[in-house]
Parts: sequence; C-alpha cells; structure tokens
Amino acid sequence: MTDPGGAARGDDKIIIERLRAGDETVFEQLIESYHAPLLRLAGMYASDPRVAEEVVQETWIAVLRGLAKFEGRSSLKTWIYSILVNRAKTSAQREGRYRRQESLDETATDPGDSGIPLDRLVNITDKPPYSGHWATFPTAWEYAPEARFDSVELQRVIHEAIDSLPDLQREVITLRDINAFSSDEVCNILSISETNQRVLLHRARTRVRRALEKYLVE
Amino acid sequence: MIITDYLEGALPLPERMRFEDHIRDCTGCTRYLAQIRQTIELVGEIREDQIGAEAKAELLAVFQDWKSGELAAKD
Repeated sequence: MTDPGGAARGDDKIIIERLRAGDETVFEQLIESYHAPLLRLAGMYASDPRVAEEVVQETWIAVLRGLAKFEGRSSLKTWIYSILVNRAKTSAQREGRYRRQESLDETATDPGDSGIPLDRLVNITDKPPYSGHWATFPTAWEYAPEARFDSVELQRVIHEAIDSLPDLQREVITLRDINAFSSDEVCNILSISETNQRVLLHRARTRVRRALEKYLVE
Repeated sequence: MIITDYLEGALPLPERMRFEDHIRDCTGCTRYLAQIRQTIELVGEIREDQIGAEAKAELLAVFQDWKSGELAAKD
C-alpha cells in the first residue's frame, strides 16, 4: 500500500521537530507523500480543480502555521487530512458548490453487485447442499488468461472502477485500501459513523470486484 | 454486507462462527470471499499520482517563507 509517510507517534515527533527546525527535506517528503491524495480528496468537495488546488495549498500553510501548537493528540497524518476536509467543506459552502454526496441510506438499493447471495445472507444455519444459494458459482480467477494479470492493464481497470464509484465510496476505498488509513481514521476524517463506513467500503469493494471479474473472465 | 463485516472483524462471535462454518462447505462463497480479498490486495497495489513539479516548487517556496517568518500567524 502506498503510504510511505504514514507514521507511528515516534516518527511523528521526529518529523515535527525537524519541520519546526526548518528542515526542507522533511517537508518535501511530506508533500510527496500526501499532496496528491489530499488533492484527490479536495476534489470530492470542489467541482473546480483550481479550487481544489487552492484548498490543498491553504492546508499546507495551515499545517506550517499550526506546527508550533500541534499537540500530537492525533497522528500527524490524521491532523493534516482533517485540516484539509475542514477547509474543503468551508470553501465549498462559501462557493455554494457543495457536491452532492451519496446518500447514506442503508436501505437504498445499490446496483453495485446485486444478485450475490452472500451479500444477502442473513441466517447461515442451512446445512449443505445449499440448493438455490448460488445459481452459478463465481468463475475462479485462476482460470483467467495469464496475460490478463498484466499489471498495466489491470491497474487501468482498477483505476477506472474506482474513478467511477460514487464520491464517498471512492474516498472510503481509497483511504482504506490504498492509503492504509484505519477505519477509525477514515470515520474521523470524513465525519461518518463506523457502520456507514463499512457500508460504503462494502459497496465499493464489491463493485471493484465485479469490474475485475468482467475483465478477467468475461 | 456480511462479508465486509466479517473482514472488518465486526461480526459478533456466534455469527462469525456460523459464517466460517458456512464458508467451509460452500464453494461459491469460498471463491467469492477469496476474490474480495484479492480485490483488496490488487487495489492496494495502485500507485497514486505524484505531486506536479510546479505545485512542489510553489510549496517549497511557501516553506521558505514560513521559515523566514514571512508567513505571519493566522488568517
């Protein structure tokens, strides 16, 4: 997972000390780690990419200004992302351009990966044979042509699948499965509940799985 | 939903045991779970874009300003 800047508390302290001491190399590493993902996250709130860029720049300025007072109650990473989200929301409200966020209504049907019996499995007390449980089994991916696992094309398929997700699903799967945030961190950053986070993650992962299945075996 | 609850460790113990018992005997679910795990792994290998050269230069300049005290405190 791409999270070279992710830090335990000990590493955070070193980074902050070095930043306060004016170490440009450390700052450079920080922006290399986080600028692009922050920009992506800002884009969820701002429809104009230039506004998103401004929001991220303002975030870095706020981080530098806030360094002296940062107490380390959260990790540096979480702190930076929280600043970003706050700024992005403020900016969006000011511009009157708040993007519609996906409804978190858990009873809403989601076409994502419909028809998968396991997703609707509520009471697993049946004994085998499970007649009618799976009409046909998912095709094993081991039978996919070897060439399909070529990394360039596969990355493209995954990128597209993630890009076409609704905003919040995209953010949750990206923060969790690409950026390696914990579920607590994601809930904090996006101001969503644990349950909502799981629902979004579930929908996102099942959709990406479906896209992979189509590519690999169809 | 249950599959994500399971992977997140959010299933209460009785449900988790029933789920694992089921998986043991159900080819379809075993395969599906394996594919979700593989999906997570493949997604984890995505390399995100890097910061652009221009944006980086701007931010390093901001850092120098801050360092020299030109970024006065608070908006």
